[in-house]
Amino acid sequence: MQSLLTFHLPQFSIILLPMQFSLFPVALPQTLTVSKLTFLIRKLLEENESLQDVWVQGEISNLSRPASGHIYFTLKDANAALKCVMWKTSAARLNISLRDGLAVEVHGKIGVYEPQGQYQLYVDQIRPVGEGALYQEFMRLKAMLEAEGLFDPEHKRHIPELPRKIGIVTSATGAALRDMLNTLRRRLPLVEVILAPSSVQGTEAPPALVKALQSLIYQSPDAIILARGGGSIEDLWAFNDERVVRAVAASNIPIICGVGHETDFTLCDFAADLRAPTPTAAAELATQITIQDLAALVSNFKSQITTHIASVISSKRNELASFSSQLRFLSPARLIQSESQRVDELSRRALSALVHRIRLQTKHFEGTQKRLAALSPLSVLGRGYAVVTRKDDGSVVSRVTQAVGEMRVRVSDGEFEAHRK
Amino acid sequence: MPKSSSKKEKPVEELSYEEALAELEAIVSALEDGQSQLEEAIRLFERGQALGARCGALLEAAELKVKQVVGEDVTDFEEESE
Repeated sequence: MQSLLTFHLPQFSIILLPMQFSLFPVALPQTLTVSKLTFLIRKLLEENESLQDVWVQGEISNLSRPASGHIYFTLKDANAALKCVMWKTSAARLNISLRDGLAVEVHGKIGVYEPQGQYQLYVDQIRPVGEGALYQEFMRLKAMLEAEGLFDPEHKRHIPELPRKIGIVTSATGAALRDMLNTLRRRLPLVEVILAPSSVQGTEAPPALVKALQSLIYQSPDAIILARGGGSIEDLWAFNDERVVRAVAASNIPIICGVGHETDFTLCDFAADLRAPTPTAAAELATQITIQDLAALVSNFKSQITTHIASVISSKRNELASFSSQLRFLSPARLIQSESQRVDELSRRALSALVHRIRLQTKHFEGTQKRLAALSPLSVLGRGYAVVTRKDDGSVVSRVTQAVGEMRVRVSDGEFEAHRK
Repeated sequence: MPKSSSKKEKPVEELSYEEALAELEAIVSALEDGQSQLEEAIRLFERGQALGARCGALLEAAELKVKQVVGEDVTDFEEESE
């Protein structure tokens, strides 16, 4: 295999030509299939390093962009044409718009499309003609400033989450300013914006940008946005100017750089404390806490104090309830109640003892009375007997001999006097 | 903390948003702390409610102020209306 790779195309032609006249082509060991030959050609081209990393300049023609997202075109100049393919993934990173007739420099690698026996350039980058020189300058300046430490991560200043004053350096008339102000108005209208208008492209732009930055820094905002809308690499070039880049790196106020579109990188992006893909994104990054966040915070605080005060009151109420139940337990009322119950009990017992006693007394009295009645002489008188007493000494006359002089006779209902003759 | 702050408390209507929010936050932590007397806690709560309302009103009414620097001065910036 390896030895075959060293063959050159002309040698193949020489060997292959006689084949057509041979009666026994199978006998020739050099006979190849089309696939095999194409494969060999592909290997030949793809193993040539200078063809695998190449910039080619030409004019676009036959541009076609089917729904697949891949881009097909022919790059040509006065004498030759080159088939080109740009796969969807590379095409998505494209930052210029292609059209037939556009002079461009394309980068890619040469390969072979075997079904068509066609060599072509697989393109991964396209830039306008002339950009190459700018790019070289960009890389030179970038390397130099990087070596000086202008882009060091430890020099990056912290972007405040909740700025009160935001400085903006941009064109006073561009859509970028309007987009940023709308974004700030929507996200954090509490903020005060100080605009330092500046021209943002052309030769006067770099000194104007530096002056605008410095006058803003003098106003000491919490953060500065350096921004410009999209444009060609030449349009954005002021943001690669050494003076501007140095002014950005030297600022003691954090700077957010939002220049061009997401695919555009300028040296200011590297020197700034934060890079934003677009001006609108820069305004968003400058307002990490929005008015909606603040409103949520306030309402959260409000509900927290309500919860806390409710818990203070309920804990005081529980405390009070527990004290009053302790107090109730210790209260003399219970003692008084039990004492009075005892008094009631005693008086009840006393009363019943008394009643009992009275009853006994009554019975005794009645018995005595009956006995007394039985013994009474008056009851004998009722049967006709009489008691006779002498009037002189009151003695009872129970014998005839004692019946002398004046006497009293007592019968059942009274007495009368009697005289013995 | 609450004792000393009550000495020179500014009326709520004179506070900036940041001042009001900071005080509201301090009141929340004081109440969370649970150390205050009931009367003081209720006073803090009422002050907190007023501060919350103040913050809400300021947020509601907030309008983006845009100025521009001209030399060393700052003047109002007229936005082009579109």
